[in-house]
Amino acid sequence: MTPEPNPPFAFPHRHLLGIAGLSPTDIEGLLASAEKAVALSRQVEKKKATLRGRTQINLFFEASTRTQSSFEIAGKRLGADVMNMSVASSSLKKGETVLDTAATLNAMRPDIIVVRHHAAGAVALLAQKVDCSVVNAGDGAHEHPTQALLDALTIKRSKGRIAGLKVAICGDVLHSRVARSNIILLNALGAEVRVVAPSTLLPDGVERLGVSAFRNMHDGLDGVDVVMMLRLQLERMHGSYVPSVKEYFARFGLDAAKLAHAKPDAVVMHPGPMNRGVEIASEVADGPRSLIRDQVEMGVAVRMAVLEALARHLPNA
Amino acid sequence: MREYKPSEPRPTLFVNARLVCPATGRDETGSLLVDGGAIAELGPDVPPAGRADVVDCRGAVLAPGLIDLGAFMGEPGAEHRETIETASLAAAAGGVTTIVARPDTTPPVDAPEIVDYLKRRARDTASVHVHPMAALTKGIAGVEMTEISLLLEAGAVAFTDGPRSIANARLMRRAMTYARDFGALICCHTEDADLIAGGAMNDGEFASRLGLPGRHKAAEALVLERDVRLALLTGARYHAGLVTCAESLEVVARAKQGGAAVTCGTSIAHLTLNENDVGEYRTFFKLAPPLRHEDDRRALVQALADGVIDVVCSAHDPQDVETKRRPFAEAEDGAIGLETMLAAGLRLVHSGDVPLPKLLAAMSTRPAELLGLPGGALTVGAPADLIVFDPDAPWVLDAQSLKSKSKNTPFDQARFQGRVLRTVVAGRTVYAYG
Repeated sequence: MTPEPNPPFAFPHRHLLGIAGLSPTDIEGLLASAEKAVALSRQVEKKKATLRGRTQINLFFEASTRTQSSFEIAGKRLGADVMNMSVASSSLKKGETVLDTAATLNAMRPDIIVVRHHAAGAVALLAQKVDCSVVNAGDGAHEHPTQALLDALTIKRSKGRIAGLKVAICGDVLHSRVARSNIILLNALGAEVRVVAPSTLLPDGVERLGVSAFRNMHDGLDGVDVVMMLRLQLERMHGSYVPSVKEYFARFGLDAAKLAHAKPDAVVMHPGPMNRGVEIASEVADGPRSLIRDQVEMGVAVRMAVLEALARHLPNA
Repeated sequence: MREYKPSEPRPTLFVNARLVCPATGRDETGSLLVDGGAIAELGPDVPPAGRADVVDCRGAVLAPGLIDLGAFMGEPGAEHRETIETASLAAAAGGVTTIVARPDTTPPVDAPEIVDYLKRRARDTASVHVHPMAALTKGIAGVEMTEISLLLEAGAVAFTDGPRSIANARLMRRAMTYARDFGALICCHTEDADLIAGGAMNDGEFASRLGLPGRHKAAEALVLERDVRLALLTGARYHAGLVTCAESLEVVARAKQGGAAVTCGTSIAHLTLNENDVGEYRTFFKLAPPLRHEDDRRALVQALADGVIDVVCSAHDPQDVETKRRPFAEAEDGAIGLETMLAAGLRLVHSGDVPLPKLLAAMSTRPAELLGLPGGALTVGAPADLIVFDPDAPWVLDAQSLKSKSKNTPFDQARFQGRVLRTVVAGRTVYAYG
């Protein structure tokens, strides 16, 4: 394996903590790089040497299967030594412990740490205390930048563009880092973004984030190109934020009837894992317009692009 | 079996009537033609229709039927106190053509299936219109909101936990936020449960003399103030079902000035009785909220005249004799009121405190507007839900003659001036005096 030439664009950041702070050029560059990673991942020989000799730690304070394995595969395809570290959040006392963990890991001299934490801002806090690059794999309800990038890549490959598209993000926007990252990214690339949810699941003043808000699927999905569904956590289903699964599915669950309000060629996305019969019906999730499985493939590609972009800032790169 | 004999819905012409419409301000002598269950024509010059039955009102008032926002109807679970049938008979005799039923039954009306059940029961047994309210929280437990949009679809006209206030402010905010999306009306009893715990009557001098634990009016204004702020925050439509003191009226008046979608109601008992009526521990005067001081009663009457109070209701709450025949503090709260609300309300008209159209508006037009129901107006095309009453006829109430299954009225042997002569629901006469 010979060292790859430099990526075709200069990613100007040491960490990827969020979509906020990225320029449209940064985003386009990452997406272009990810396109190449898609091609690579479809070959028999999937390995590059960009991260050979490097150590990548996946530090997950919150349980995750798909994101963690996606980062693991991405790192391994780039030649890194990947270590997964799952820290049960119940055994933590937050705050100081995050910093203690950061200091401990830092002493092991990793090159990249991928972090997921249940508290908004925790990943940025950790990034201040380590010498390596940090990738945010989700912090509370704040940001999940690689999810937004993989969603953008999925849309771009399906629709050929992002600018000018109408995208509806539907469901639990209030608690969703996926929604926040997507809202920023899609706005940056010129899409028209809507959110659709009962008011109990929308953050205060959501319109100020650059979206138009709808309280029913009929109006919210009218004429959209992309329908992005969000997961509704179990503990929010029974009377606290919405009355019941039955009512939520009846009013906000994506089924064929509601999807009919979108454009005839509208595509359906979901960050997973899905609650079938809660926010999405199987007929739609498994239907011809679903891009849900494409999203998973793009996830690996986008994470490879991110790791590669950050690798250029590593010492001795 | 039903006591009333529904007449055929033939065209009927009411002549020699004083047409009083609180919605349009009409107050004139004339005739009104009912055809096909709706008002077809009205005014001073309605020609005699050949095939219509003619009812000579002999100068009596013809007005929209009353719409009572919040009566306990017994079903399901308390059929020994009241049934939909007996409540509707009492309503018809009292000039009430639409009852809005409280959901704090056993089981409570907290699921679409129960709304559907009640509507079917009403269709089969009621002589007046019955619209169920649904619980705001599951099991009326004050923990989780109900399926507001599915309940609306099933036919619930408003949401309330009946006599219980929602203690948890966060839940209240979420429920109001959610309800607003669907335009649902939230009705609330506003008394802080902890503050009034154990209280038996209005906190004050009289309670102290009787040695009864008090139930302070501050407990009412306190919760109302919180709810009003949440209504402003969320934009929800909020109706305080029973306000009973001057402090509460200030809160509501301020909220209305501030642009909140806030309305309020009070009961006919609180408008016409005060704490002194409790007298020697008379449990039929034990209400929730309790009867207040005379100053508060006067403030309520003034607020009704000024329009701060939107709705006057019966607060109909039938209790069987055993739960009332107890030491005052241990007796159940509540009084029946469907059959007496108009007659008692007319006391305020005769005393010159409230104009007749204002009283009728609070008992028909305003509730119709709040609930999105047809009715409450004498206009062409409006449903023929009508009452004919002589506002001056004197009579004495005999509790045992009341149609309600329970007889716990605070007006036994009361002298009234004004009585219902005929009640018409969807063009059919469901009650005729004498």
